[in-house]
Amino acid sequence: MKYLPLIWAGLWRKRVRTVLTMLSVAVAFVLFGVMHGVTAGIDQIINQMSDSRLRIQSRVNITEALPIAHLGRIENVPGVLGVGYYNFVGAYYQEPRNQISAGAMDMSRQTALFPEIKVPDGALDAMARTRDGALIGADLAKERGWKVGDRIPLRSSIWMRKDGAQDWTFEILGIYSWADGRVPSNEFWINYQYFDEERTFGNGTVTIYFARINDPAHSAQIAEQIDGLFANSANETQTQNERDWLRGRIAQIGNMAFFVNAIIGAVMFTLLFLTGNTMMQSVRERIPELAVLKTYGFSSSAVVLLVLGEALLLCGVAAGIGLGLARLAQPSIFRAIGAGGLALPWSVIGTGLGVAAVVAIISALPPAWRTQRISIVDALAGR
Amino acid sequence: MSALSQMGAVTGMNLRSIPRRLGSSSVIVIGIAGVVGVIVAVFGMTRSLSQALVDTGRPDRAIVLRSGAQNETSSTLLVDAFATIKNAPGVARTSAGDAAGSAEMLASVNLIRREDGAQAAVGVRGVEPTSATIRPEVKLIDGRMFRPGLREMIVGRGAQHEFKNLEIGDHVGLRDSVWTIVGIFESGGDANESRLFADAQTLMSAYKRTAANSVTVLLESEASFDEFKTALTTNPTLSVSVERERDYYQRQSEDANTFFDLVTTFVGIIMALGALFGALNTMYSAVSARTVEIATLRAIGFGASGVVSSVLVEALLLSFTGAVVGAAIAWLLFNGNTIGIGNNVGTLVFQMRITPALLGSSVLLACIVGLLGGLLPALRAARMPVATALRATA
Amino acid sequence: MTALVSIKQVYKSYVRGKQRVEVLHGLDLDVEKGEFLALMGPSGSGKSTLLNLIGGLDRPDKGEITVAGQRIDQLSSGQLAKWRARHVGFIFQFYNLLPVLTAERNVEVPLLLTKLSSRERKRNVQAALDLVGLADRAKHKPSELSGGQQQRVAIARALVADPTLLVCDEPTGDLDRETSDSVLQLLELLNRQQGKTIVMVTHDPRAAGHASRRLHVDKGSLGEAPVGAAA
Repeated sequence: MKYLPLIWAGLWRKRVRTVLTMLSVAVAFVLFGVMHGVTAGIDQIINQMSDSRLRIQSRVNITEALPIAHLGRIENVPGVLGVGYYNFVGAYYQEPRNQISAGAMDMSRQTALFPEIKVPDGALDAMARTRDGALIGADLAKERGWKVGDRIPLRSSIWMRKDGAQDWTFEILGIYSWADGRVPSNEFWINYQYFDEERTFGNGTVTIYFARINDPAHSAQIAEQIDGLFANSANETQTQNERDWLRGRIAQIGNMAFFVNAIIGAVMFTLLFLTGNTMMQSVRERIPELAVLKTYGFSSSAVVLLVLGEALLLCGVAAGIGLGLARLAQPSIFRAIGAGGLALPWSVIGTGLGVAAVVAIISALPPAWRTQRISIVDALAGR
Repeated sequence: MSALSQMGAVTGMNLRSIPRRLGSSSVIVIGIAGVVGVIVAVFGMTRSLSQALVDTGRPDRAIVLRSGAQNETSSTLLVDAFATIKNAPGVARTSAGDAAGSAEMLASVNLIRREDGAQAAVGVRGVEPTSATIRPEVKLIDGRMFRPGLREMIVGRGAQHEFKNLEIGDHVGLRDSVWTIVGIFESGGDANESRLFADAQTLMSAYKRTAANSVTVLLESEASFDEFKTALTTNPTLSVSVERERDYYQRQSEDANTFFDLVTTFVGIIMALGALFGALNTMYSAVSARTVEIATLRAIGFGASGVVSSVLVEALLLSFTGAVVGAAIAWLLFNGNTIGIGNNVGTLVFQMRITPALLGSSVLLACIVGLLGGLLPALRAARMPVATALRATA
Repeated sequence: MTALVSIKQVYKSYVRGKQRVEVLHGLDLDVEKGEFLALMGPSGSGKSTLLNLIGGLDRPDKGEITVAGQRIDQLSSGQLAKWRARHVGFIFQFYNLLPVLTAERNVEVPLLLTKLSSRERKRNVQAALDLVGLADRAKHKPSELSGGQQQRVAIARALVADPTLLVCDEPTGDLDRETSDSVLQLLELLNRQQGKTIVMVTHDPRAAGHASRRLHVDKGSLGEAPVGAAA
């Protein structure tokens, strides 16, 4: 620690150069932090997904509906504690560009399956009493300025009403929200029974079933058993726990990690070159000074350590600034891609500082090695 | 000596000294090469994705969706509407005299990707026989056409490249039915080439559907669009939206690219900033290494402009070199690569095309970064007080 | 009484380009404790080489060098570094202060190699700066100090770790006459009052006049020099 002022002062010998180098390093670590932050954040979300809840969808594709008749058969599978279902309703409000993500479901089944849904007292009873009632997410309510008691006309380009009317009008009976805030509360939930009775086609089908099971360790066997029920039927199913499902869903996007790593690799390589050059110049200019230190009894290895320390300090401080900025930016980035606020995990910051240290050491090794060959007598004589 | 020849002389002297400053000069070259390489790769990918989508649409075709639908998947058109739409004014005729319109269904099936064995969705388009007239770009390259009434499909080359088990003779399980691949087609690398095509009637009956997703028509000419659109949108029995196919796919590509553009711009700006700092660093140290030399020239009577331009030219030349290196590496690594990007209803398989325009604009960007990086150091060199600089030991 | 520094039959040669230059051949020299010795001679005479050997910056090709009872001619460069830290304070012609450090930080440098606590280091630095009369310049960078002041800081740095020996290489070579005198008076004071042993190389007879003994080095051999020749 007592060498810190010495190292710190050495760093600022050429102020402009140090500042510029630090800025490039900081900028690179903003990129590092943000990109790894996103992939780490996604991993984190995956790991927090439940493995004791199964999703049952059509084997062909999620866009294929499943008959509501599957419900009773799934409920009877040993290990299944409760089943709910959901029918996707693509809708819009007034203009097609105001897309509303609506879903039709059995509300009491839904809240039993997802205890993390917070619904005000009485709202469930009200939904049971009011066929055309709706519960809307807190985020949606805020965005549109809707409140309990409002009657909202929605339209759909997919679903038509039996009575030929364009509008599906719902009365808002309550505002729900997801407890942990990671899942955005932005959907418009309506009663499945009402929706199914009113639509012209697709009657008696749902998009997806959810099943809560007694033991996550058995999720694979139970899923197999459910899919087995409907094998070789017109409506084959594919059952996965929520965690596996999300993992597969993200894999569908394509190989993100490869792109992230390729970009970061290119950035880090460039960076290595930049700091390496800075350290080389800095050492070259200071050979007489380093010789003085050696005269005063600093050993060769102490001088090597001073040079390494300088590079570590340079990269460490700059990377810290960059990662700090990335941490500040992270929640808004996650909101932009539709996931709730998520802090940049400390593990990414730790890895980032580790990478910074490696960059520092690799770039400072050649010049540091050079200092070992300094001959005091020659350097002092200016040779 | 004229100002111009002064600049030439100083610049020449300067450039000849680059080999002595190879280490720091290469910082600009490598820094810019990295930036240009990444920018070319990332923008090359997003541009190629857009291009594949945009190429799918033609200005003399129109797509009809249920009013309010953003895309085919979220659109439902009932059978009763088909005839009205196809027989509307402005629609071309096939050689057999039928209206050149095709009521189509778009389904999705999950298949196994070759690359990683993961499941991903592939689009299945059910088309009417008129599709051959409407989409002349769809050409069989192997096997034969599917026969209406039979559960047969042809597969686009892109889809076949990306997914397993799509060879001629392979079977694909759709809802409650097994289909056989009988042919392979190409359509100029557009979005349809990432799909399976089957007979619309057969597909709809297998899915027990009475509604289609869209109707695509070939217009008599590009100019017939307005006539066609007016006829449909003013018809009170219909509730549809009409778009030129080119505009429809343009919109799809914009939707797909909003996210990618955001990422790309962010990465691009960050990397350009990093390169700028690197360039500034290099040029400052280049100027300080030449302090005595520059001061000597000024003392002899060379003007400031010569000094400024020599620094700028050096920065420009180095960053240009870096840009060419970076662009070349990105081109060698990525041009012609096949990429598949998907969501839960389909995967778009496209070839990465790094266009001269993209190469040109990224080289231009690099040169701007280089010039900016040279500017401040150049001004410092020009303002250097001659007397003190002469005494400095370089 | 044994000498503090004892040099016996020392040989040293350098390779410059393709030529081998014999600098010292069979030189003998004793420096007593408390002595202020000036080594004079033309450039190339070997006086700086001799000084480097005494200060442990370099090793002889042959011969014995003993300082305070310890043979240093056989030490490895690592051992020599440790030895210098304990026993030698250096003063250079161009001061060789670290430009990025303040005066007090510069003076502190040799103490970084000791086990002293930060408080003790601070106290010693303070005392050394007091001694050279620059306590009020502690926070200044070398560029904010005059040449004489810089050399005084360098002297404080040489003193601060209480070395056995002060080694000065042309300490007034870069200073004007007046400043030189004050620096030399300081060295003389250190020698008289603190009993510091000083070995100084100079080609300035006025500087040598402050020393208690003068030796003339020429072509690697020693001879007595006249006192105050040019005073």
